[in-house]
Amino acid sequence: MSIFQIIQKLGEGKNTNSQGQSRRESLSNLGKIGKDLAMAAVPLTIFATLPKTSHAKSASIISDALNFALTLEYLEASFYTQGVASGVIPAADLAIFTQIKKHEISHVAFLQSTITSLGETPVTSPTFDFTAMGAFSPFSVYEEFLALSQAFEDTGVRAYKGQAGNLISNNGVLTAALQIHSVEARHASEVRRLRSKNGFDTGNKGWITGNSRGTLPAATQAVYDGATPEGNTIQGGVDITTITTFSVGAISEAFDEPLTDTETLAIASLFII
Amino acid sequence: MQRPVNRLSFLKYSGAAIAIAGLTIAGCKKDDDDPTPTPGNQVDLGSGDVGVLNYAYALEQLEAAFYTQVIATPYTGITGAESAILNDIQKHEVIHREFFKAALGTSAIIDLTPNFTSIDFTSRASVLGTAKAFEDLGVSAYNGAGKLIVDLGYLLLAGKIVSVEARHAAAIRDLLNPNSADFAGDDVVTVADGLDVSRTPSQVLAIAGAYITENLDASHLPTS
Repeated sequence: MSIFQIIQKLGEGKNTNSQGQSRRESLSNLGKIGKDLAMAAVPLTIFATLPKTSHAKSASIISDALNFALTLEYLEASFYTQGVASGVIPAADLAIFTQIKKHEISHVAFLQSTITSLGETPVTSPTFDFTAMGAFSPFSVYEEFLALSQAFEDTGVRAYKGQAGNLISNNGVLTAALQIHSVEARHASEVRRLRSKNGFDTGNKGWITGNSRGTLPAATQAVYDGATPEGNTIQGGVDITTITTFSVGAISEAFDEPLTDTETLAIASLFII
Repeated sequence: MQRPVNRLSFLKYSGAAIAIAGLTIAGCKKDDDDPTPTPGNQVDLGSGDVGVLNYAYALEQLEAAFYTQVIATPYTGITGAESAILNDIQKHEVIHREFFKAALGTSAIIDLTPNFTSIDFTSRASVLGTAKAFEDLGVSAYNGAGKLIVDLGYLLLAGKIVSVEARHAAAIRDLLNPNSADFAGDDVVTVADGLDVSRTPSQVLAIAGAYITENLDASHLPTS
């Protein structure tokens, strides 16, 4: 299901749902993100040729990006809150997910407050279905909890990276977003290695090799693909394979890649009712 | 020595060159925009985006040299799992170093001389403790440098690298204290807001400087 179908579905329900008003606001904002997609999809290299001021347009670009991030943080906060409460996490791994849950809840509050301080309105949380209509059982099967956790964290890292350019005109917001971005990367590394330690993806590393999803379900492949896939080996016009003798795998590991809004929402939408 | 107007046009040119022809900064002719080693051990990082990239290049040189030594002389009792992680990280840091060197071309600072006399490479605690400090420092440096960058392409590149440094930091921290909250501990991530550390270049170089023989001059870097 695409994010646009989801938007339409949520919009249809507005008259019968007591939360219709806030939903509608939320949808309106997501719709606005959708309208910005055409711009967001323009290759970065074109922006690189423009003066800085021409793309540092307005507070709405910043708040749209932050509301987009907030939606992802709602997803993560809800996922870990339910996961920690469910009992699916073994005692040995609980400290890790208690810490991650704490961060995601803090990120929600921080983004809400930042958006408000910019004079804009934070979107409300969507309703999530982490079974993705029955496809997963993350709160009863630990392997599936870990699989979704890795997918969400790697997606989060890529999504924040993809938004950095939209925040460049506001130093404070840009820095804060980078500070969240690196926390998500710490989470991702830990969860990826935890999947290896638990025997669910032996040899899985803290970093991403090529476009590989490892043993994650095929439905998660979009987490590692995209317009600039994780396997990219050309950086800033430099073909890294020509300046070092390291393997393509090692080169791809050394650089994480961004996801666009559309690519991110297509992944998140699997879990939004 | 400082010529902001020329630097600006230089950067605009190189941005366009990268976009259109896939050229690198190395394609620009050598001129007096180059950071020049001054008498003694002083190394001027330069100004503008080039200065920020040289700052990153200096840190990547430090990390690459450190892990290369770690791989050459493994510490006592190193495990296969630890060796695999450290080998991967060494490759990533050398790749980062070589990337910056190629991208900066003639604007690149010199090859720096590390000073690792305070590190006991035979000791797991010393090596992993230093690795943890370097990775956390690198994360904080890139987080603090983002706002100093003008060019969107360079900002994205910094973003592509900083998350890999954060992945390293978490892995090293987990080797030191497995399955604890330390991979993203309260010592580096604020409890209230969930934000990782961010440092200014002068804060970073005050720490990194102890491991670099040359004195890095960051005084011409942008401050906002």
